[in-house]
Amino acid sequence: MIEQVYLIPLLPLIGFVVLGLFGKRIGNEKLLGMIGASTVGAGFLIALSIFFGMTGMQPEERSHVVRLFTWIHAGDFTADLAYRVDQLSILFTMIITGIGFLIHVYSIGYMHGDKSFFRFFAYLNLFVFMMLNLVLANNFLVTFLGWEGVGLASYLLIGFWYDQKFEGTNITWTGDAAKKAFIVNRIGDFGMLIAMFIAYQYTGSLDYDKLQTAVVGGLIPAHIITYMGLAIFLGCTGKSAQIPLGVWLPDAMAGPTPVSALIHAATMVTSGIFLIARTNVVFASSHTTLAVVTGVGICTAFFAATVGIAQNDIKKVLAYSTVSQLGFMFIALGVGAFWVGVFHVMTHAFFKALLFLGAGSVIHGMHHEQDIMKMGGLKKHMKITHLTFFIGTLAIAGIPGLSGFFSKDEILWKAFSSGSPVLWGVGVAAAFCTAFYMFRMFYLTFHGEERFDHHHVHPHESPLSMTFPLMVLAVFSIIGGYFGIPHAVGALLGHAPNLLEHWLEPVFADADKILNHSHAAHVEPIEYGLMVTSTVIAIIGIFLARSLYRNYGKASTEPTAKLGGLHALLSKKYLVDELYQAVFVNTFYTLSNSFLWKIFDVKGIDGVVNGTAQLIGGTAERLRRIQTGVAQNYAVMMMAGIVAVLGYMVFVR
Amino acid sequence: MGELGYLAVLSSLFVPLVGTLAVGFIDRNQKKAIQWTTLVFSLISFVLSLPLLTSFNLSDSGFQFEINKVWIASLGVGFHLGVDGMSALLVVLTTLIMPIAIFSSFDAINKREKEYYAMLLFLQFGMTGVFLALDTFLFYVFWELILIPMYFLIGIWGGQDRIYAAVKFFLYTVVGSLLMLVAIVWLGYYAQQNAGGFTADIVKLREIAPTIPSHIQQWMFLAFALSFCIKVPLFPLHTWLPDAHVQAPTAGSVILAGILLKLGTYGLIRFNLELFPQASVTFAPILSTLAVIGIIYGALVAIVQTDVKKLVAYSSVSHLGFVVLGIFSMNQEGVQGAIIQMINHGLSTPMLFLCVGVIYERRHTRDISEFGGLTSVMPRFCVLFAIAMFASVGLPGLNGFVGEYLTLVGAFQSPYLHSWWYAILSATGVIFAAVYLLWMFQRVMFGTNDNPKNHSLQDVTRNEMATLIPLVILIVWLGVYPQSFMKYSAQSTKSVVEKIHKHHQGTMQASR
Repeated sequence: MIEQVYLIPLLPLIGFVVLGLFGKRIGNEKLLGMIGASTVGAGFLIALSIFFGMTGMQPEERSHVVRLFTWIHAGDFTADLAYRVDQLSILFTMIITGIGFLIHVYSIGYMHGDKSFFRFFAYLNLFVFMMLNLVLANNFLVTFLGWEGVGLASYLLIGFWYDQKFEGTNITWTGDAAKKAFIVNRIGDFGMLIAMFIAYQYTGSLDYDKLQTAVVGGLIPAHIITYMGLAIFLGCTGKSAQIPLGVWLPDAMAGPTPVSALIHAATMVTSGIFLIARTNVVFASSHTTLAVVTGVGICTAFFAATVGIAQNDIKKVLAYSTVSQLGFMFIALGVGAFWVGVFHVMTHAFFKALLFLGAGSVIHGMHHEQDIMKMGGLKKHMKITHLTFFIGTLAIAGIPGLSGFFSKDEILWKAFSSGSPVLWGVGVAAAFCTAFYMFRMFYLTFHGEERFDHHHVHPHESPLSMTFPLMVLAVFSIIGGYFGIPHAVGALLGHAPNLLEHWLEPVFADADKILNHSHAAHVEPIEYGLMVTSTVIAIIGIFLARSLYRNYGKASTEPTAKLGGLHALLSKKYLVDELYQAVFVNTFYTLSNSFLWKIFDVKGIDGVVNGTAQLIGGTAERLRRIQTGVAQNYAVMMMAGIVAVLGYMVFVR
Repeated sequence: MGELGYLAVLSSLFVPLVGTLAVGFIDRNQKKAIQWTTLVFSLISFVLSLPLLTSFNLSDSGFQFEINKVWIASLGVGFHLGVDGMSALLVVLTTLIMPIAIFSSFDAINKREKEYYAMLLFLQFGMTGVFLALDTFLFYVFWELILIPMYFLIGIWGGQDRIYAAVKFFLYTVVGSLLMLVAIVWLGYYAQQNAGGFTADIVKLREIAPTIPSHIQQWMFLAFALSFCIKVPLFPLHTWLPDAHVQAPTAGSVILAGILLKLGTYGLIRFNLELFPQASVTFAPILSTLAVIGIIYGALVAIVQTDVKKLVAYSSVSHLGFVVLGIFSMNQEGVQGAIIQMINHGLSTPMLFLCVGVIYERRHTRDISEFGGLTSVMPRFCVLFAIAMFASVGLPGLNGFVGEYLTLVGAFQSPYLHSWWYAILSATGVIFAAVYLLWMFQRVMFGTNDNPKNHSLQDVTRNEMATLIPLVILIVWLGVYPQSFMKYSAQSTKSVVEKIHKHHQGTMQASR
């Protein structure tokens, strides 16, 4: 089955082509949705069978490369379209196709009646195709194809409702948000390009295994490895919305909600984590790079969590929460705990997809209202959505027993043990904010007084096509953590094995060796202390939110507004967008417009050209006189010139 | 099989010339007859040019399908034609773009059709000649021949300031080519002094020219380079291009961007690299620096344009910068990347101009602020325009990426540039390309369609589709499987690169 891995991306590609070319003619929503969902669903089944096939093999035999054809070849440079099936890529493939399938099903209900129904599914299929290329790639270039390709799909889907307005700093239309996402990501892609140049220069190839061998074998100078790691990481900050390139993700919420769930929460934004996991030895070999990754991760996790407190748009709260959670994943990678980062990708994919789809269900039921201040009391109108959303919220808050607890707690522990107590402290603070803002949103949405206009809004539960994915994801948001039970917890559960860590071990073996990590299952008592502390702090956050927002009414005032200037700063997202606008956008625009074009180009170069022309005795004037408009004259003159030169030659001779 | 190749060389050159004459015999009021005769001739030349690729011997690094007849015996000037992998691709690009340009003119050109279509075919004759000529004099004749039809295309069928643009185009080019003529004559003279006879034969000169003492080689290099860099155009010699593009009719812009600009980059490889290897090494950092400046400068200036056509024109300055950078990396990645980038730019930029032409025909304005939300009335156009835009942005999977990427890889590793900064700075051009194209697209296509004049615009017609679809197919093909085209330039590029390497090593050893 492994040899047929290309079918997994091929099916959604076929779906994209069929839906794109014939979708309008097909017209039938059910059929269109079936086509879109089935290509991804079939991919998921293939991925599952490959996965189970792999479990029957020896760990070192599980990595497999399938070459399709040579994509680009010039001189010594060769890049094949080749897929690499191993423990890491098959895991991501299952997440992408599995959650992707559920979100396709959900979209059949959510997008019902949209005039461009077929176009939506075509784009979603395109996205899945590109995302699979990204994770299945055997070399940088195919990853880059997927990397930019998901950027394209993201662009198309953020601007899907191209004629609708969207509020944001210097953003008027959804298309502006789409454009912003693409351009900011391009800045990251610039880093990817540089990393690829370096890889080719030092290994003569873009294949990941060649790179790994070269790094492990010490063939690349240490400072070059650092440059390369930082260049890769620049790409990751773009795709995974970290400081300083995280500004696009909140605006990406302009897209339809299933898009936010699939692309901007569960899959695409975790590309950065994937890429670092894939090139783990590059990172493990440079303390500088690891420190930068950790620093960026913790700052992003903390600052995004604080911003989440002051947002009132249900999707923007989730967007900042995503940015913050991605920050947590980078902390794990930064302290060298690669498998933990991947673990959090997985659990986060479950509960964040659940939360976004739940938010979509609320928005659907509320006739496209997204302001949580205008909701309240939805519990009794949307029972399934309420319950599943509650599970998702508990999971992200890190309540023991649910998936989020396992991965987040392991990150905090690694931050403490491989990093520093300060790192742990800031991480716990961010976790506290997370628990607080998530439950603030939960209570404002589902509890308290009904603050919407009852004449126009009649909240209702969503159809089964939407609630079914919610229920499936809710189940996984609970059990998803048991695939990667940390040793400390495992010790309490009768030495339950850590399946995920064990599964991924061969992928990170070299990096672990470089970092002197051992997988011995020793447990330190302090770990329990930290675990209890962080859990108690999260629970305090939940109860604080509960006491402030559970009975929020029409006449209530926002309690966090008492924070005054700080609240204003948070609600304006630390004014980062404004800063970028002033420092980068305006500077480049003014420079280009006022100086480069209007002065340098037009007055400078053209001035010289025109001036020279006039200087040479009015050449232009004469040319105008010769301009008889008869082609023959010109040909004659040209020939005369040539003949004159030839004559001179002959004469000289 | 080989015979087909010779036929292809002759027919791709002379079918357009015969066509020019044929159009001359048609009554000027028979507009349909003129249009279709022109189109049929251009299609015939396209079909007949295909054996240049299908019969091409991929393992041969030299010229193929050579035709060599004595022309001016006393001067050693021959009517010498032939192709290598690079020129075969460029000739087929020419014969492909021409029917598209011609067909796109059917509705757009409504005055003096007879002269117009005759000019187009004559222009094709000249351009094909430049790519096929293996004799410096013959090359020069074709090079100058092109000026005439292009001058009139802009000057007669152009926009409001067409005369200014046409004269500017003419002057710029003439200044450059005069020096080239001097250099051509000097080369022949040098051959007479040192190799036993005056010659203009490029095949012979490729052996003779590299022996020229390096200080003289440098002057020769500069004389050719000036002429070619104006044509490219390389910063800071680019200011004729925006005017020429804005004033030219759509077909003129299509040909200008699709083929004419490649004459310059073709010349840089054919003459500068192949004839003057030592001087190429000497000047590579300077020309590469100008290329890098052009990439960034063109992109920055493109951002602030309010006229869509001018925006695309400045984007060409940026994109051609990648070609020049690749050429002067002088390794195989760079030069092959430059060649494929020429082809790619020759497909995606004409497509962009055709798209601009589509909205210009409907509104007779190219001012971005006049548009907005066109997608709601022109959904099919939106898709096609988006494909052209993303090809130009350099999205992997579409054609533009392949060339840009390889030229950057080439520059990054180039043994003659000695610095990563050329590639790193140029790579920022990739970011800016997204800025100017996506911003333009946003303002033209997205948002609500609230300008009353745009409310009832017609979506792309069948005729317009006929010009755009072939380009879409090639854009995807070249993006997914560029090898079908890159294989042609592999051997000839390899020999050029090795030659430069050899001469460079020789100089290094001599100086030790």
